[in-house]
Amino acid sequence: MREINVRSITEKVRELCMEANTDLGNDVLQAFDRAMEKEESPLAVEILKELKENARIAKEEKVPICQDTGFTVVFMELGQEVHLVGGDLTEAVFEGVRQGYRDGYLRKSVCHPFTRANTGDNTPAIIHTEIAPGDKVKITIAPKGGGSENMSRVTMLTPSDGVEGIKKFVIQRVKESGSNPCPPTIVGIGIGGTLEQAALLAKKSLLRPLGSKNPDPELEKLESEILTEINKLGIGPQGLGGRTTSLAVHILMMPCHIASFPLAVNIQCHAQRHKEAVL
Amino acid sequence: MTEPIRLKTPISDRDVEKLKAGDRVLINGIIYTGRDAAHKRLTDLLKEGKDLPFDIKGQIIYYVGPTPAKPGQVFGSAGPTTSYRMDAYSPLLMERGLKGMIGKGMRSNAVKEAMKKYKAVYFAATGGAGALLAKRVKKAEVVAYEDLGPEAVRRLEVEDLPVIVVNDIYGNDLYLEGTKKYRKE
Repeated sequence: MREINVRSITEKVRELCMEANTDLGNDVLQAFDRAMEKEESPLAVEILKELKENARIAKEEKVPICQDTGFTVVFMELGQEVHLVGGDLTEAVFEGVRQGYRDGYLRKSVCHPFTRANTGDNTPAIIHTEIAPGDKVKITIAPKGGGSENMSRVTMLTPSDGVEGIKKFVIQRVKESGSNPCPPTIVGIGIGGTLEQAALLAKKSLLRPLGSKNPDPELEKLESEILTEINKLGIGPQGLGGRTTSLAVHILMMPCHIASFPLAVNIQCHAQRHKEAVL
Repeated sequence: MTEPIRLKTPISDRDVEKLKAGDRVLINGIIYTGRDAAHKRLTDLLKEGKDLPFDIKGQIIYYVGPTPAKPGQVFGSAGPTTSYRMDAYSPLLMERGLKGMIGKGMRSNAVKEAMKKYKAVYFAATGGAGALLAKRVKKAEVVAYEDLGPEAVRRLEVEDLPVIVVNDIYGNDLYLEGTKKYRKE
């Protein structure tokens, strides 16, 4: 067994919270460039330029890309040959979030659902843990903004709805969301599993780099068909009209119950922030 | 693209009359911040017949909850928040003289009607461009509700804050028109 002290997890989570919020991935910047080439609306091109300039300033000055520095979503792959020592793992992650949001001057955006009283330190974080082979711990920090999360939905389709049912629901969701989720968006889709698993698949699908292909050719085709339809809607960057409503559609799928057809749509704004590290 | 229009606050009915949906505007001067909780408190004061903590006549409210400023920084990252949550409060503020709102996302019909009636405009700032927008803020101070943290009302002095007119006083709506223009059947 390899021993890892949870203090090193706190330290890594702290760093990743700050890095994710200030350094937009190159895959996203390249997706902006590709969108600009295809964009027909001059105003939309101006907005895409503004987003690139914003990302440049954020990275250079180490300031948040967006003021909504999100609810901190943490994906952890725990190697089964790792023995964690030095304290409580969940608390170690929360402490990393506390320190990262304090030291990075990030906005604390977590509150009590009824009173709306802010928890003050952006905790609790949402932690999704998986056991994996090996003796490493992989941590991914994906801050999620409220505006785009509010436009996301889970539904239980009827098996007879088929692939057409998926397309119809997703396109309708993007259409109704309009300008609210800060387009150009990335549309994460989870198909199958159970209610909560579909939502988790949708969220996980957002971690795939933009511009990469879905390894499943059937899903790759479906992603491309849905993206084409979405970009015919005309919503455009910031909803002010244009070709670039979404930069990508990502799908993750797994088997479901013989009676069910779960579908989740997790909409992600253009500030598609996530950073990972392996301990 | 035509050059943006420079607008100096406070703004008058004449300024508002000149603005059309789709115009790019650079705002200069004083604006105020306010979002969900501040709007509730401001409109509660008006309903109780009390004065607001600042003179709202001719002013612009920016729907924003910034990140904390870093040492040496005037203002933290400051992109707009989604505006529909302020829809319930905006008509009363326009009745009392509010001339402009900056946010993102579509407004309700009641808000659009109030804009025509009281001569006010709705601007969109680029959602998510928080780092860029923060650099246009030259001074910032809390004027009310410090207890609300990022939601406190702040007086900002801005220089060339880039926004786009979405709703004008003539009933135009760039969200509807822009989408219609680029929609493919």
